[in-house]
Amino acid sequence: MSAHAGGYSANPRIRWIEWLPFVLAIAAFFALPEYLSLGARILIYILYALSLDLILGYAGIITLGHSAYFGLGAYVAGILGARLGVSDPLVQLVAAAAAGGLLGIATGAIILRTRALTLLMLTLAITSVCLEIANKATPVTGGADGLSGIVVAPILGLFRFDLFGKTAFLYCLVALLIGWLAVRRLIYSPFGASLTGLRENPLRMHAIGAPVYWRLVLVYTISTTLAGVAGALITQTNQFVGLNVLGFESGGELLVMLVLGGVGRLYGAFVGPLVYLVAQDFLAKQFPEYWYLGIGAMLIVVVMFARGGILGIVDSIVRRLWRRA
Amino acid sequence: MEGFLSSLVSVAFHGTAFGMILYVISVGLSVTMGLMGFANLAHGVFAMAGGYVLTSMISRYGVPFPLALAIAFAVVGAASVVLERLLYSRLYAASDLEQVMFTIGLIFVAVAVARMIFGTLQQPVILPDYLKGQFPLLGRDFPTYRVFIIAFSAVMVGVLWFGVERTRWGAMVRAAVDNRAMAQSIGIDTGRLFTLTFALGSGLAGLGGALGAEIIAIQPTYPFENLVYFLIVVAVGGLGTLRGPFVAALLIGIADTAIKYWYPQYGAFLIYVATIAALLWRPAGLFGRQHT
Amino acid sequence: MNLRTTWKIVAALALALGAAPVSAQTVKIGVVNTYSGPNATLGEYIDKGIKLYTKLHQKDLPPGVKVELVVRDDGGPNPDKAKQLAQELIVRDRVQILAGTVFTPNAAAIAPLTSEAKVPYVLMNAGGSVLTTLSPYIARTSFTLWQSSYPLGQWAAKKYKRAYIAVSDFAAGHDCEAAFEKAFTDGGGQIVGKVRMPLANPDFVPFMQRVKDAKPEVLFAFIPAGKQATAIMKAYGELELDKAGIKFIGPGDITTDEELPNMGDVPLGVITAHHYSAAAGRPANKAFVAAWKKEYGQDSNPNFLAVGGWDGMDAIYTAIREQKGRIDPVRTMEILKKYKNPNSPRGPIAIDPDTRDIVQNEYLREVRKVGGKLANVELETIGTAVKDPWKEINHKK
Repeated sequence: MSAHAGGYSANPRIRWIEWLPFVLAIAAFFALPEYLSLGARILIYILYALSLDLILGYAGIITLGHSAYFGLGAYVAGILGARLGVSDPLVQLVAAAAAGGLLGIATGAIILRTRALTLLMLTLAITSVCLEIANKATPVTGGADGLSGIVVAPILGLFRFDLFGKTAFLYCLVALLIGWLAVRRLIYSPFGASLTGLRENPLRMHAIGAPVYWRLVLVYTISTTLAGVAGALITQTNQFVGLNVLGFESGGELLVMLVLGGVGRLYGAFVGPLVYLVAQDFLAKQFPEYWYLGIGAMLIVVVMFARGGILGIVDSIVRRLWRRA
Repeated sequence: MEGFLSSLVSVAFHGTAFGMILYVISVGLSVTMGLMGFANLAHGVFAMAGGYVLTSMISRYGVPFPLALAIAFAVVGAASVVLERLLYSRLYAASDLEQVMFTIGLIFVAVAVARMIFGTLQQPVILPDYLKGQFPLLGRDFPTYRVFIIAFSAVMVGVLWFGVERTRWGAMVRAAVDNRAMAQSIGIDTGRLFTLTFALGSGLAGLGGALGAEIIAIQPTYPFENLVYFLIVVAVGGLGTLRGPFVAALLIGIADTAIKYWYPQYGAFLIYVATIAALLWRPAGLFGRQHT
Repeated sequence: MNLRTTWKIVAALALALGAAPVSAQTVKIGVVNTYSGPNATLGEYIDKGIKLYTKLHQKDLPPGVKVELVVRDDGGPNPDKAKQLAQELIVRDRVQILAGTVFTPNAAAIAPLTSEAKVPYVLMNAGGSVLTTLSPYIARTSFTLWQSSYPLGQWAAKKYKRAYIAVSDFAAGHDCEAAFEKAFTDGGGQIVGKVRMPLANPDFVPFMQRVKDAKPEVLFAFIPAGKQATAIMKAYGELELDKAGIKFIGPGDITTDEELPNMGDVPLGVITAHHYSAAAGRPANKAFVAAWKKEYGQDSNPNFLAVGGWDGMDAIYTAIREQKGRIDPVRTMEILKKYKNPNSPRGPIAIDPDTRDIVQNEYLREVRKVGGKLANVELETIGTAVKDPWKEINHKK
C-alpha cells in the first residue's frame, strides 16, 4: 500500500483526540434515540473494518473473503441461540470469537504460504465454501431463509435487547471499545512495527530472520477472532442471521468502507463505515437503484486521486494548512 | 447401465458447452493478468456487455444472429480500448489493492448502468430458427444451440492458439509475458501491445458472454454472480497461459454439471473445495509458470 | 354586554369550533419491498399495484384523511435488512401500518417486531404458510404456496400416476414440494423423483435432463417468478420434454403474466394453478387490467404480485375508512379479520378470521395463444374459497 501518515509511533499513549469517536457515540446515544439501530450497525462494522485493517492495512494481506469469519461468528451465535438453547449473549460472543479464531488459524496456516492472485482466490473460495455450507445445511442454518427465532437473553440478566436498540447500541460500543484498545495496543507494539516491515518489504524481513509466516498467521488469527466477535454482535442485535453475512458482496462492501476511510490508519476503519452507512441510509432511500453507481464512481475516484481515502484527504488538507501557518 | 451411460454422455456434453463458454470469457483475463500483471476483477463486465449488445441487437434492431455476435465482439473490444487508455493504463504501476478496488468500483458502476439502461429483468435470447431444437449426433439428440456453442468455441480457440503461436503479434505477447523489461528493451512497444491484447481479451469476453447468454443469464448483477467462476478458471489454469485455463474451464464446466446432475444438494461446494485443493497443490495454477 | 348575549356568543363559538373540519389525519403506511437487485421486478409490480390503487381511490378516504406511503428497499431476500428497515419505519418514521414484502424470509424476520410494537402488517406477496402464525398482527392478502400446489396435486392425481417434483431450494420451494407431494400421493399417485435446485442457479438444463431420464408422466416445478421461470421453460423446451410426453405443471409462478412474452412458444399447453391471471374474463378484472394499461402502457400486464398489492391496499383502506383515519392496532386487526371482497380482480376473496390468512379461489389455467400473444387462460375453478391447506391439515392458527 502506498505510504500513509500515521501508523507506527513510538509513543503508545492514547491522545485525547482518539477518544473523540467514543464521545461522539455517547452523544449520539442521547441526541439521536431513533437512530440507535443504525448506530449499532455502524459500531459493528467499525469493529469488523478494524479487523480487516489489521491484515490489509498493516500486514498487507489482500483478502476478499474476510466475511467468512464474520459470517461464522454470526452463525455460531445464531445457532447457539436458536438451535442449542444457549441464550446468554456473552457466552454466544465468546463462542463466536473462538470459532473465528479457530477457522482463522486453520485457514491462515494453509493459505498464507501463497501470494497475490492465488491468495486472493483462496480467500474468495473459503468464503464461498462457508456460504455454500450455510446455504445447504438448512436444518442447522436455516438455509436461504436465514435463521430466525434466535433467543438472546438480557445481558447479565439485566439489560434486555429492546425494540429501540438502546441496549444493543451500548453493548456494541463496549465491545468496540475493547476491540479498539486491543488493536491499538497491538499496532503500537514492536509486533505491530514488524507488521509494517512485513507489508513493505517481506524479503528484508526474511533476511533479518523475522519469522514472516508465523507472524502473518498470528495477526490473521487475531483479525479473524475480532471479525467473529463482530459477526456475533450483528446476530445478537438483529436476532436474526441470513446468508448475506457471507460471500463476496459482504466482504467486498467492507473493503469499500475501509478504503473509503483510509487503509492502514486505524481510524480509517472508524470513518469509512460511518460515512458509508450513513450515506447509504440516506441515499438508498432516495435513489435505491443508483446507490451502486455512486459507490462505484466514488471508489474509482478514490483510487485514482485520493488513495488514502477520507483520512488521506484530511491529512493533505491539514498539511497544506500547516505549511501556510 | 444404459441409463447411466446416457446420463454420462449428457453431463459430458452439457459440461463441455458450459466449459467452453467459461473459457472463451476467461481466456482474455488470463492473458491480461499474465501480460500486464493487472488483477482485472471487472472482466465479467465485458462479458455482460457482450451479452447486452447481442440481445439488444437482435430484439431491438432485428440484426441476424451471426452479425450480432460479430458486433458484440467488436463493440466490447472497442469500448475496452477506451477504458484501457483512460483508466486502466494509469493503474499499471499501482498496488494490488488499488487495482482490486478500482475494478470493484468498475463493477459497481457497470451494474448500475446496466440496470438503468436495461432494467433488472434477464435479457431474453431469441435464437434464429436454424439454431433451435435438437441436433442428432452419434445416434442421440442434443440441443442444437449447445452443439453450436461447442463447435464455434472450438474454432475460436483454434484461431486464438494459432494466432498466439504463429503470428508476430503472438510472439510479442509471449515475450512480454515472459519478461516485460527485456521485451521493452528489444523495442517492443509494450504499451500498444497491452492495449491491443486487452482489446482482444475483452472482445473475446464479450463474445463469450453473448454466446453463452442462454447458459449464463444476462442481467445486471452478472459480474458479481459469475466472478468467482472466471477467477477460478484463471487461477487454477494458470496466469498468462492459454492451455491451462482451457483445461481448467472444461474441468469446471463438467464438474459443475455433474454435481448439479448427481448431487444437487451439494451445490457449488465441491467446486470450491476442489479449487482450494488445486490451488494449494499448485499455487501457480495447473499449467502456470512460477514467476520469479 | 348582558348574560344572554354572552351565552349566544359562547354558543356560536362552540358551534363554529365543533363544526370545523377535523385537522388532516395522515395515515402512515410503511412498505418494505424490493426495488433493487435481481428481484426488483417483483417488487415493482407490488409497488405499481399499490400506487394504482391509491391513485384511483383517493375519493374513498374519509374527509380530511390522507394516506402517506413510506417505501423502503430490502434489496431482495435479505431478512436482516428487512428487519432493520421495519424497525426504522416503526421507531423513526412512526408508521401505523406495515405492508408489502416479496420474500417469505424477510417477512419472517419482520414478524416479531409487529407483535412487540403492535403494528398491523399486511402481507402482499410473501407466501410461506407459517408467516401468519408468527404474530397476531399479521394479515395476508396475497396467497400461500400450499393454496395453489395442494389443489393442483389433487387434480394431477386424477389424471396421472407418476410425477417428478423439481423446486428451488428455499422455504417457498419446500412448501410447494410438500404440498404437491401430499396431495398427489394421497390421491394415489407416485413420486418417481424429487430434486431441489439451488436458488441462484443459472442453468436448468442438467436438472431437466435428470427429469427426462426418470420418465415421469408429469413434471411439477416451482421456481421464483420472473427470470428463472423463463430459464426453466427454455430448458424444458430445449430438451424436448414435451415431446417425450412429460407434462409441465406448477403453481402460477412458473408462467407469470409479465414473463410470458419472453418465453417464446414453449409454454403453450402448460397447466398451472393460481389465484390470478391477467387474462381472466370477470368484469372486475377487465376494469383492473384496463386501468393498469392506461396508467402503465398498453404493453404492460398486471400479475399476481400487482393484485396482491391492489387487494392489500383495499383491505387497508377498509380499515382506514371504518376507523375514520384513527388507526388503533387491535381494532385494525379486527376489521382485517372480517375483510371480504366479492369483487376483487381475482374473484371473491376474504380473510379468514381464525388464521388471518387469505381465502380465495384457485383456478386451473392453461397457456394458450389469445390474440397472438400467450396468456394464462382460466379453464375451471379447482378450488373455491380455499383456506391455506397447510394450516388446515396441521391445525395451526
